[in-house]
Amino acid sequence: MVSVSMTVNGKAVTKDVEPRTLLVDFLRQHLSLTGTHVGCDTSQCGACVVHIDGKSVKACTALAMQCDGVEVTTIEGLANGGDLHPMQAAFREHHALQCGFCTPGMIMSAVDLLENNADPSEKEIREWLEGNICRCTGYHNIVKAIKACAQDMRG
Amino acid sequence: MAENGIGAPVRRKEDKRFITGAGRYTDDINRHGQAYAYFVRSPFPHATLNGIDKAVAEAAPGVLAVITGDDVAEAGWGGLICGWMVHNKDGSEMKAGSHPVLAQGKVRYVGDHVACVVAETYAQAKDAAELVEVDYGPLVACTSTADADKDGQPQVHDDVPNNTVYNWELGDQAAIDEAIASAAHVTKVDLINNRVVPNAMEPRAACGEYDPAQDSFTLYTTSQNPHVARLVMSAFIQIAPEHKLRVIAPDVGGGFGSKIYIYSEECICLMAAKKIGRPVKWTGDRSEAFLSDAHGRDHVTHAELAMDADGNFTALKVHTKANMGGYLSLFASCVPTYLYATLLAGQYRTPQIYCAVDAVFTNTVPVDAYRGAGRPEATYLLETIIDQAADELGRDPADLRRQNFIKPEQFPYDTPVALTYDTGDFHAVLDKALEVSDYSGFAARRAASEAKGKLRGVGFSCYIEACGIAPSAVVGSLGAGVGLWESAKIRFSHTGMCQVLTGAHSHGQGHETVFAQLIAEKLGVPIENVEVIHGDTEKTPVGMGTYGSRSLAVGGQAISNAADKIIEKGKKIAAHLLEASEADIEFKDGNFTVAGTDKSKALGEVIFEAYVPHNIPQGLVEPGMEEGAFYDPANFTYPSGTYICEVEVDPDTGVVTIDRLVAVDDFGVIVNPMIVEGQVHGGLAQGIGQALTENCVYDSAGQLLSASYMDYCMPKADDLPNFEVATTKTVCTHNALGVKGCGEAGAIGSPPAVMNAVADAIGTRISMPATAEKVWRALQANKTSQAAE
Amino acid sequence: MYEFNVHKPGSVADAASALKGADDGKFMAGGQTLIPTLKQRLASPSDVIDLGNVAELKGISDEGGAVKIGAMTTHAEVASSDVVTSQIPALAHLAGHIGDPQVRNRGTIGGSIANADPAADYPAAIVGLNATVHTNQRSIVADDFFTGMFETALNEDEIVTAVSFPKPEKAGYQKFPNPASRYAIVGVMVAQTGGQTRVAVTGAGPSVFRSSDAESALASNFSADALSGLAVSSADLNSDIHASADYRAHLVGVMAKRAVAAAT
Repeated sequence: MVSVSMTVNGKAVTKDVEPRTLLVDFLRQHLSLTGTHVGCDTSQCGACVVHIDGKSVKACTALAMQCDGVEVTTIEGLANGGDLHPMQAAFREHHALQCGFCTPGMIMSAVDLLENNADPSEKEIREWLEGNICRCTGYHNIVKAIKACAQDMRG
Repeated sequence: MAENGIGAPVRRKEDKRFITGAGRYTDDINRHGQAYAYFVRSPFPHATLNGIDKAVAEAAPGVLAVITGDDVAEAGWGGLICGWMVHNKDGSEMKAGSHPVLAQGKVRYVGDHVACVVAETYAQAKDAAELVEVDYGPLVACTSTADADKDGQPQVHDDVPNNTVYNWELGDQAAIDEAIASAAHVTKVDLINNRVVPNAMEPRAACGEYDPAQDSFTLYTTSQNPHVARLVMSAFIQIAPEHKLRVIAPDVGGGFGSKIYIYSEECICLMAAKKIGRPVKWTGDRSEAFLSDAHGRDHVTHAELAMDADGNFTALKVHTKANMGGYLSLFASCVPTYLYATLLAGQYRTPQIYCAVDAVFTNTVPVDAYRGAGRPEATYLLETIIDQAADELGRDPADLRRQNFIKPEQFPYDTPVALTYDTGDFHAVLDKALEVSDYSGFAARRAASEAKGKLRGVGFSCYIEACGIAPSAVVGSLGAGVGLWESAKIRFSHTGMCQVLTGAHSHGQGHETVFAQLIAEKLGVPIENVEVIHGDTEKTPVGMGTYGSRSLAVGGQAISNAADKIIEKGKKIAAHLLEASEADIEFKDGNFTVAGTDKSKALGEVIFEAYVPHNIPQGLVEPGMEEGAFYDPANFTYPSGTYICEVEVDPDTGVVTIDRLVAVDDFGVIVNPMIVEGQVHGGLAQGIGQALTENCVYDSAGQLLSASYMDYCMPKADDLPNFEVATTKTVCTHNALGVKGCGEAGAIGSPPAVMNAVADAIGTRISMPATAEKVWRALQANKTSQAAE
Repeated sequence: MYEFNVHKPGSVADAASALKGADDGKFMAGGQTLIPTLKQRLASPSDVIDLGNVAELKGISDEGGAVKIGAMTTHAEVASSDVVTSQIPALAHLAGHIGDPQVRNRGTIGGSIANADPAADYPAAIVGLNATVHTNQRSIVADDFFTGMFETALNEDEIVTAVSFPKPEKAGYQKFPNPASRYAIVGVMVAQTGGQTRVAVTGAGPSVFRSSDAESALASNFSADALSGLAVSSADLNSDIHASADYRAHLVGVMAKRAVAAAT
């Protein structure tokens, strides 16, 4: 067992885990944060995307022990109290989700996109989503939501 | 229209939990004391199972149980079943083979279930699974759809000679042969409908529990139809009597057909839970999904379309071989027959149609319904052969189709393949699609593409589907083992809060919103006061689940009928309260009013009276306000549409880019246009995926080569265009809501539109998926043949 | 994943000694290949030595004639680095098209080249740009570094510390991605550096290779047209369900031309 400490959604946590524990299992099983999902085992689907120190990463492709000392934000930590993050609100407004399984990862990825590029073109949005697979929406409304959110956030 | 009623693009009630990470999917549920299951799967496509030594695994750290086929046999369980009997040409019954819950004597595909290890942790179960020693006797595998029934092929099931499940036919072969022989022109095609993998983003999962005090089981599982799961597990597998088995399908992350079926994993979780006296959870990973979720499509077809000298279709003859995989899955037998051949009239007046289908076993993952199920295969065939005919005749593909359309005044229309289309206007749909796609501007766009060195093509697809599955008597006469009605219950509380219990199951379709809209429309209850409850056999008494675009057309109509009963009862109470005759009470916008007066009672007041019946005379009505309804449709519903695709091809690489995809659909009455558009988008993406990127590939030895997202190409955001969708409307005539269903249309209509566009661009018909290399090779071959001319 | 022990050294020296002390140790850089490999149980190291805390392995510097990139620098950092985008834009372009954004936020140049996946992008940059790989033991020139499929010149206990890329006059990279995994089916880096022309191909063969025919065609005339007659042999090229050897051979020509056209 190794001891791992990190800040998750603003709260400091310390747990003893097996070295082989993935970050996503640490979040889901040790912290009961089940909003981060697992949709594949080859690091492609992006259902597990969270932020580590503000950057989007795949929580299925990071070991918890690698994340000692970092700040993690998951979908559960994105809203500010009762206020949805604008990206969450945009996903609802533009019907950018159906079954909801890819949605947490999709939103976390999209939030990181806008951190990097406040005014992405449709092509840039679609390219950025290379690491997020959705089987329900055909991406049409996801792209629309991200574009609308970018516009709202620029004001 | 009521506020947020029928026709309003209401934002979804269920979204709040999904966008905040508060959704509750099966793997999110952890039961006290839960142990973990991991399955030992066959690495061989075909082998005898000579023995299993589980001693080492049983002794491994944390292991609680190792379960094999012997345990299943000892428990006296039945096997997994196919719920639809299909008959051979000679009237004899199909040969279904056996389908044991855990392999008995033989394994029949890579991934077949051999044993289950249950341990304290998932990692321990997986570690110990490697210690289960299985003595396999490898056999040569049968993998080819086209060759499986030929002499000398390995036999997948000993009691199914020539791997032939059935030789089925629909129509009069002699008459068709005569029509083809006398035709002015006959177009012939040979087509492969490629095997694809459904790939709902949530992998399957199950958690079984046993309560010794009640001698009852609870199963949490990723199901599209928990009541069907309960029925099959109880009546056929004999796990427990129905009233001792509760099946809960909580939030489910997509299904597309693959979560209709009852799989080994959930059955074994229940067995294991009883055996170790603790809840047992299994969560599949994506690799297991590729190896064990039912696959889709996989047809090989030869077809001939006969025409007269004017291009009128006179006959269609089809011979299809359909791959069933290693076992006959729950609805596998009806997919290439009653959901396929019956759609071969399409939108056309073709007077004579004959279809023969040979279903074969191979050493591959079982194949069953995948979004569209049979209807995409029928549409791909029909819309390809018609496009080919237009090429051969030098006709505009839109014109040739239009010439043969069933005319608006011909509805209801009896097709030669057993269906009666109640309504439709195919001309209007085509016209709108031509307009939205700017078909008249295509030539200019093609020239512009050519100017930059690209090839451009346009492709059409005019589909019709039979959905709203299904009239019970009809499907019963065709071999279905169940009725396909739906049930609903509307329950008001004292304070007027409304619960709607439905047997339909939402795994992305938005039922919590759409069904609330029905209540808002019918009863004037604000949608925030409506709670739609589904997915739990203990809450909704019975139901048949969600597939075949049936939830609204069947389940929604049941809700609507239950609402009518609420109104009927409410009128009696209101009449008493208002001292009027029941016949004079009108119900509108949530108020019972005495006709021609301003005397009225709100629904809420009437409900309160029903629960606090201090002033209701004995015998007027029963107390309470709860009404249920079962609805069995009189016919299928028939959404139709025209899809037009334009592609651009890079001749240097063969890469196909979709420039535009226009989908115009007639779904009848639309309850929530936002949700309907979303359903179309998703279906289009899956259809485009099948046409351009997705392919499930086995090598000749029977190993699955496309077994992960490294090799199975899921469409991603940059593979797809923005879609242009529009609707026209002819109202369904046999359900009161006038609705038709929209869940599968996109996946049914889009593959031929894309493939016809590719063919138009490169001048050659190629098979799906139109990968870059295939397109490039076709272009090279064209160059070579042109050079030779 | 099988069980393993973990080490989190703070220096290259500690990392090397951790490996020496392990039965079957494995260095982990960003983990974007190693973790999936472990998850699939395709590797079972006794010990994993996480290089994430080794500060000396990080960073990008302009060294005058070359750009030096620390081994633990992520693809995203390379793609967005002012130094790289201004001095070797083709390298920034390449790094910005590896995997997906999340992989680029974790995956590192050192990890990528030490793994030597035949379909990885970076090998084309190392060879095409004639980089020098620095390790804790020595410096290795590009042409000596990749020795085969998943094979490099690195010793067991040798750690890549940095890579120096000489600044080219002109360079361009284009790849034809695998539609599923987005690895390179074919990726071609073309570069003119110090008057020398290099064409390095990744994805097509068992390991990155130079196309001498393309190099000589471009040496006298660095233009896409100069490659028009280029015939690439498909012998020894990879063939799989995504692309046959013939098609890969064809794509080498197409991607080379496009890389030349894109070169800046």
